[in-house]
Amino acid sequence: MHKTLNQRAWFMVLPVLFLVAMNALLPLMTVVNYSVQEVFYGDYSFVGPIWFADTLASERFQSALMRQLAFTFTILAIQIPLGVAIALCMPKSGFWASLCLVLMALPLLIPWNVVGAMWNIFALPDIGFLGYTLNAIGIDYNFTRQPVSAWFTVILMDVWHWTSLVVLLAYAGLQSIDENYYRAARIDGASRWAVFRYIQLPKMKHVLTIAILLRFMDSFMIFTEVSVLTGGGPGNSTTFLSIDLVKLALGQQDLGNAAAMSIIYFLMTLLVCWLFYTLTMQGDKR
Amino acid sequence: MSLAEQQSGAIAAAPAKNRARSGGTSLRWLVPTLYVMFLMLPIYWLVNMSFKTTNEILGGFSPFPVTFTLDNYADILCGVPEIWGGTVRAGCDTSWTWGYVNSIVYVCLNTVLTLAVALPAAYAFSRYRFLGDKHLFFWLLTNRMAPPAVFAVPFIELYSSMAMFDTVFAVALAHCLFSIPLAVWILEGFMSGVPKEIDETAYVDGYSFPKFFTKIFMPLIASGIGVTAFFCFMFSWVEMLLAKTLTSVEAKPIVAVMTKTASTSGYELGLLAAAGVLTIIPGAIVIYFVRNYIAKGFAMGRV
Repeated sequence: MHKTLNQRAWFMVLPVLFLVAMNALLPLMTVVNYSVQEVFYGDYSFVGPIWFADTLASERFQSALMRQLAFTFTILAIQIPLGVAIALCMPKSGFWASLCLVLMALPLLIPWNVVGAMWNIFALPDIGFLGYTLNAIGIDYNFTRQPVSAWFTVILMDVWHWTSLVVLLAYAGLQSIDENYYRAARIDGASRWAVFRYIQLPKMKHVLTIAILLRFMDSFMIFTEVSVLTGGGPGNSTTFLSIDLVKLALGQQDLGNAAAMSIIYFLMTLLVCWLFYTLTMQGDKR
Repeated sequence: MSLAEQQSGAIAAAPAKNRARSGGTSLRWLVPTLYVMFLMLPIYWLVNMSFKTTNEILGGFSPFPVTFTLDNYADILCGVPEIWGGTVRAGCDTSWTWGYVNSIVYVCLNTVLTLAVALPAAYAFSRYRFLGDKHLFFWLLTNRMAPPAVFAVPFIELYSSMAMFDTVFAVALAHCLFSIPLAVWILEGFMSGVPKEIDETAYVDGYSFPKFFTKIFMPLIASGIGVTAFFCFMFSWVEMLLAKTLTSVEAKPIVAVMTKTASTSGYELGLLAAAGVLTIIPGAIVIYFVRNYIAKGFAMGRV
């Protein structure tokens, strides 16, 4: 759409700008302050980038980052194909489609700590359905003791919680395809695979980009569900970046390191999202 | 003829080579069905636990409640009369009820506030070019990417200095950090779908801007406003880290009340399960109202 140049439009944006800036810029400046200062009995002194050097060199941060990356890529590799497959198999309209959508959207509206608590109860080895069943069929499973079980549970929980988002987005993308495309494909005698590869996939490109972007950001920030389910354990095996950060900032009150870590963390998310956003926008223009 | 029929028709009409595949399409419903069953299983387990007595829970595995009890729900909802100043029975822990009330209050406050500021901003982004508009839009989106854990500590200082710590207003304002970018994003998508000629015709007809906006424009994007409200509600309702950090006693949300029980779990699993079931209900009601718009909202809003 052609837009008219109008500088007075700034006035309409001002309230949003004010509220978001208050919430985003002021805390960000506080974090930046902490990250270059040392607090010693109420005295603040400028120390330069030592906290950053500390954090980047610390094994604790590096291992949390590795775990975070492993987690994020695993859930992306599961959720995106699974979500697309489910969306392709869903009815296109009518009562069953509505019912599917309502039931699938339900996990998205459950408070995150309830999700954690629910999976805790579900996975308990003695009285939970999952834990009891797995142990009954001879698999040694205990998510509070074994790192492998804990990882399995955390990933299954995330798949349970968020695959629906991918399904809804992919489904919305499929709905927007004009039926003439299918008609043309039928005339050409295109196979099911060809219809998917050359009609459905390109049309879903935009929503899938958003799906990947959202799932990347949200899984990079994951805190509540995992913290309720495993508390980062057993040991440190499920301590992802956010959990580590909260332990550092609220648990140990180590504000310098926590602030430096916050900034590194924020910049990483920002960089990946910016890259992804720019690349896809360029792809659209071409 | 629906799209589904056309698609299966398309496959049936394809050459014989592909006809073998149509046998697979008749089993298509199996995939979403299995997925929905997988989604419902943990929820069923939670409901199952909420109707059990503590003795039964600790007694061992059982797929349904043997001694069915509503005590867990009674323990949580016993504080309800206090909302309108009534008296509650002795030994009742009213923090549960107040947790629900606080949560609903800040979620609603957040939704109203977000819509009030996001509507004009989204209109500006969809209709006008102005200095720095694209940068501003991307900057707004970056706030959706900020990990809440980064902001937890500074938020305590910020809202304490404004004397708003431990009030529902603090949580409602803090949640604006991600609800406003989202709302602007969704609304801009819906507004761009309305032809600009409608605005121009209205101005020619002598409508002032506020009158045009409320009388003509808002009804046109009513479904968009509904979807936006749904997402504001959703993200504010499910968020816990900020809501918990910004409150201590007075404005404690239900999600924070629950963590108190979670730490002593094993003995109060039934109570925890019942509280969990009660937090699912508002979400289910809201989904029911927007069920026809969910898919459209995701597509247009690019959420």
